[in-house]
Amino acid sequence: MRRILLVFVGFSMIAAACGDDSEPAPTTTLTLVTNDAFSSVAHLLDGFTAETGIEIDLLAGGDAGSMVNQAILTKGNPLGDVIYGIDNTFLSRVLDAEITIPYESPNATVIPPDLQLDTTYNVTAVDFGDVCINYDKAWFADNGVAVPETLAQLIEPAYAGLLTVENPATSSPGLAFVLATISEFGEDGWLDYWQALVDNDVEVVAGWDEAYYTSFSGSAGAGPRPLVVSYASSPPAEVIFADPPVTVAPTGVMVQSCFRQIEFIAILDGTDDEAAARRLIDWWLSDSLQAELPLNYFVFPINPDVPLPQEFVDHTVVPDDPHTIDPSLIAENRERWLDEWTTTVLR
Amino acid sequence: MVTASRPARARTSRILGTAVVAALPVAFIAVFFVYPVGSILWRGMVPDGRFDPSPLTRVLTDPELRRVAWFTLWQAAASTLVTLVVALPGAYVLSHYRFRGRSLIRAAVTIPLILPTVVVGVAFLALAGPDGALGVDLKGSIWLILFAHVFYNYAVVVRTVGGLWGHLDPRMEQAARVLGACRVRACRQVTLPLLRPAIGAAASIVFLFSFTSFGVILLLGGPRRATLEVEIYRQTAQLLNLPLAAALAIVQLVGVFVILTVYARHQERRTVELNLRPSVEVERIPSTRGEKRLVFANVVFMAALLFVPLAVLVERSLRTAGGLGFDYYRALGNGASNTVLAVAPTEALRNSLSFAAITAVLALVIGGLAASLVGYGRSRATQWFDSLLMLPLGTSAVTVGFGFLISLDRGVLDLRSEPIIIPLAHTLVALPFVIRVMVPMIRSIDPRLREAAATLGAGPVRVWREIDLPIVARAGLVGAGFAAAVSLGEFGATTFIVRPNVTTLPVAIFRLLSRPGAMNFGMAMAMSVVLMVVTAVVMLFVERFRAGDIGSF
Repeated sequence: MRRILLVFVGFSMIAAACGDDSEPAPTTTLTLVTNDAFSSVAHLLDGFTAETGIEIDLLAGGDAGSMVNQAILTKGNPLGDVIYGIDNTFLSRVLDAEITIPYESPNATVIPPDLQLDTTYNVTAVDFGDVCINYDKAWFADNGVAVPETLAQLIEPAYAGLLTVENPATSSPGLAFVLATISEFGEDGWLDYWQALVDNDVEVVAGWDEAYYTSFSGSAGAGPRPLVVSYASSPPAEVIFADPPVTVAPTGVMVQSCFRQIEFIAILDGTDDEAAARRLIDWWLSDSLQAELPLNYFVFPINPDVPLPQEFVDHTVVPDDPHTIDPSLIAENRERWLDEWTTTVLR
Repeated sequence: MVTASRPARARTSRILGTAVVAALPVAFIAVFFVYPVGSILWRGMVPDGRFDPSPLTRVLTDPELRRVAWFTLWQAAASTLVTLVVALPGAYVLSHYRFRGRSLIRAAVTIPLILPTVVVGVAFLALAGPDGALGVDLKGSIWLILFAHVFYNYAVVVRTVGGLWGHLDPRMEQAARVLGACRVRACRQVTLPLLRPAIGAAASIVFLFSFTSFGVILLLGGPRRATLEVEIYRQTAQLLNLPLAAALAIVQLVGVFVILTVYARHQERRTVELNLRPSVEVERIPSTRGEKRLVFANVVFMAALLFVPLAVLVERSLRTAGGLGFDYYRALGNGASNTVLAVAPTEALRNSLSFAAITAVLALVIGGLAASLVGYGRSRATQWFDSLLMLPLGTSAVTVGFGFLISLDRGVLDLRSEPIIIPLAHTLVALPFVIRVMVPMIRSIDPRLREAAATLGAGPVRVWREIDLPIVARAGLVGAGFAAAVSLGEFGATTFIVRPNVTTLPVAIFRLLSRPGAMNFGMAMAMSVVLMVVTAVVMLFVERFRAGDIGSF
């Protein structure tokens, strides 16, 4: 009986290990390391395979922070050939760890210089998005309260108990919003601002999904609070995924609260096929992928000449002057800022 | 000479036998737990080839970290206690009375075990959050955490304890009653001591689950509450502060190991062999008014605890803009059109089921061998081994995940891009269940039965097949069912493992919930209901399987 079971296990293991790729692959295969969010839109890469014959294997490594740290820990024996999903808050850590090979794609000319951030082209900027406070239009209309415009207004009594933010220690939009407040109020003022937010009954939750779906009143979860830290792309998403269809987004974006997140792609040092990896980066900057990004991945194309889908034109804004902080400053101060924020807000 | 060599030879063959049985579980634990976790701890504690004790000192002296450690410990202890108090009557009722709908209830209590925390969070906050249906806002309070831990762990107690309780010889308690003991005393002095191994087993699993609780604490405990697990995640995944993360993980491991060892020693002294009876001899139809009330009260309680939150989810999945309807289910059936799902939900379902099947087989074989080792062995070494086998459940998922990453990276062990890594990780989590369900059953087998069989001329294999197998097989099936459930719902531990892009049901739910939009939310709720139904069906299947061999001893 035991032997039969063992044989069975052996077979299951073989079956599982072989899985779908039991036929020998005649083509080149690149392994792309990415975060969980991107792995759900892997079909975007089908165009690359069709064009070049290079297959893509996707490895998902948790959230952006986990993925970057995993890549750093496997320096010298990398998980894959290309890594995508490094954001500007983790950029310096990647550059300092020297885990990538520089490559300046001929297509890199489409990248606006203020978004590229890394002039050595160890990493290449491929898309961006803004983390902004979203508001529930209906709530503000029904309650006769003016929609707040500036971060400073949020500590006024009129907005007491209305805002939900994510814990920056466990959530990347949460961290982006904290950075927006540091950019706005400076090293001297941001903690006072947060103390005032606490006094004004700000709610802190662990992650984006919880904030958006259980706290925010403008989502399908229909929570109690009309202000939430989310993305500039959330209102178009509310229209695209509406049920039944709507013509006006139920939510809006507080433009002056936005912090810019830029996402980068890079070739991992130790790749077996640098040439194929380069082709993937070239392709990532091409119009064929860039135009697909908004409706599939809800980020903005890095190339400003790629037209945005109508839903994005109608229902959101790209802030002209979003908050940003130099990545090296973020790398230097991240732990201290998080500790100070935790001490001020949570204790 | 002959007389002297025979015991020696018997001894050699016994040691050899033990080694053969031990080989697979020992190798599995060594390769997939000790080696990866050891590697990541080594990297943290010995950064430049020199041992650096300062992070350990910091963990032990920093008041904030001590507060975190203390909270982790006491909430786990409180969760265990409350779960036992609440679930033991349920275990009794489900194992002693026959009534309509019982197998359905038995299957349904397992459902919470597989639900992703964020989905449970939605249900709980709809009930007891701000603006909750119950009218009380418990968000951030310890009560909501305890409630959630009871919700998740109820099945662990019902199944682990009920499995033994349903086969206890009822004549023992009857004898005590005849001798003049009142019901309470008979229960306290006869039944509870007999059940102690199973209660201990259930308690240790519930404790470990609550001790390493991550999603529940983050979601329902509010941001001010952190467990060691949360802190290790923060230090490893966000800050890449490996020395501090390693120090925290060591504290966590040592704490778990000490508690488990104390428990194992305690178990060792208390175990008694039992004359287990087929459940048909134990079960009866509730006849007196008291019995009927007891059954009724427990069923109502289970309904309140388990089915109300589940019903909230069902309601949410049906709530569309135009009233109640099956729109979101139809959307799931239509596949990936206009959604964030890259693969059809049916494929996610198929992936989930195959991983669950592989996990169940792996956990049953490895866990079965390990359980025989622990159950039949009485030495100090088997006690240590027993505690070691439980450790994966008490180890931070991010420690294991990052450990896999830096250790399983060479040659045949380079599993980082192989789908098999997913069921292997699931098996690591499921093993303690299988072992904890099986060991009390194995230990409870009266050795006189074996002796009698041997005296009557049966060889060792025949003795094992006729005496042990019927009992062990049933426990094994319960364990395998657990393993399948753990695998179906497992998301937490595998989030931190670099894994190939294979969509399972919990992964698909997570993806839907990571995008705004009514359609995504509705489909996530609908998919959670699908996951619930699949689990209930798997559990009912296990029940059936179980019912088939009840008469065989």
